[in-house]
Amino acid sequence: MSFLSWGPAAAALSGAVPLAAPADDGPGNPWFSWQYVRDNAETLRDALEFHAGLTARAVLLALVVALPLAVLAYWIKPLTGPILALSGVLYTIPSLALLALLAPAVGTTTDTSVLIALVLYALLVLVRNALTGLSQVPDEVRDAATGMGYGRFGRLLRVELPLALPGIMTGLRLATVSTVALVTVGSLIGQGGLGDLILGGFRNNFYKAEIVTGSVLCLALALVLDLLLAGIGRLLTPWARGRAS
Amino acid sequence: MGPGAGLVNYLSEAVVWLNDPLNWTNPGGLLDRLSEHLQISFWAVLIGCLVGWPIGIWLGHRGRGGSAVITFANLTLALPTLALLTILPLTPLGFGKPPVVAALAVFAIPPLLSNAYTGVRSVDSEIRDAAKGMGLSGSQVLLRVELPLAVPYLAAGLRTAAVQVVATTTLATFVNGGGLGEIISAGFGLGISVGGNQIVAGGLFVVLLALAVEGVLALVQRLVTPRALRAARRRRPTAATPAG
Repeated sequence: MSFLSWGPAAAALSGAVPLAAPADDGPGNPWFSWQYVRDNAETLRDALEFHAGLTARAVLLALVVALPLAVLAYWIKPLTGPILALSGVLYTIPSLALLALLAPAVGTTTDTSVLIALVLYALLVLVRNALTGLSQVPDEVRDAATGMGYGRFGRLLRVELPLALPGIMTGLRLATVSTVALVTVGSLIGQGGLGDLILGGFRNNFYKAEIVTGSVLCLALALVLDLLLAGIGRLLTPWARGRAS
Repeated sequence: MGPGAGLVNYLSEAVVWLNDPLNWTNPGGLLDRLSEHLQISFWAVLIGCLVGWPIGIWLGHRGRGGSAVITFANLTLALPTLALLTILPLTPLGFGKPPVVAALAVFAIPPLLSNAYTGVRSVDSEIRDAAKGMGLSGSQVLLRVELPLAVPYLAAGLRTAAVQVVATTTLATFVNGGGLGEIISAGFGLGISVGGNQIVAGGLFVVLLALAVEGVLALVQRLVTPRALRAARRRRPTAATPAG
């Protein structure tokens, strides 16, 4: 009971907190309140847009870097070990520590440091999965393509990359879902999108409605993007549909 | 200070900060935070093992529930750590260390569970048949055949989960939960121009800790993996997820 009384209703009465307190939504501090969603629709939309935009930029940048890296590791076999080992080491680096190392160097007024951290993490997932996809192309297929007169690049673009698409799409989905979750860590420097809402709710006298709304939107964003990518994957690989079931 | 000079100073200032013994021994200094960090991580991994291993081993023994394991793992991938860290203290768990440990344990469970499941599942069915043919009962097959053969997988899961928890414990600072993340956020509290050295020093320290835990547990994993199985399984069964 004690901390219900320091809930947002009390805070709003004192006039210190600009956020609308749920006036007609039961006593104190409900877990979810439509009133909160209605009153803060604009804030929520901004945070969601920022979150989705940062995720999209990070994943696309990572994809642009990851594909050539994966192809390089695929073509030059001695590079495969070091690239995978490096990705393993980078993966153990805590996200907050990476942000702590980046933020003083890059600055905290923009989301650049968060973006760099997100790209690095997404990169690793993408390189690994693209490389797995590429190395699963059967030798006979590769030989047949060579026999048909494809050069190295033609074979890559027309045969190997399309066949590696399922692996690449799996990596893309994993990277996207984990990036959506990871963006929240950016709230350390106020660049966390929905994470800023979650943390803001916690610091704003444990405003449960704000915390839960931010978390639910985060999960929903991850789910929607995952389904979207799954759909795109199905469209891009019509030949794999029959085999999947 | 220009950006070029900033970059040069960046590391040396952090090293200077780390060289000051007071920053280690002060109340709330590195040693305090390190012991807090390790305690939180230890309990989270322990709870993760107590929950994840029995369920994973049981599901693997029964040979079903594989898709449920994957669904659960994917769900926790999408769930921000920050969400659980902020929600759990507002539940009857109350404030303090228990909700932090519980939140981290949730993220430790998927690698432990899925590796235990895979480990038991991947025991050759001929070995299982032979054990049955020798008259072993279901629980004897589990305890004397499947479990010993799954030990390398259990160790791999432990390594992945422990490294991930040690990394994620850094986030406890968001809810004033202690741990080494407090060093970093205290640095941000001072502002980048004043606390920059502390931020970078804290970041470096956490990175070194994560790498050390990874190294020690890789050694453990190697020690408990019989020599004959080492060459066959170079790669980790499931990859870690970044701490989010």
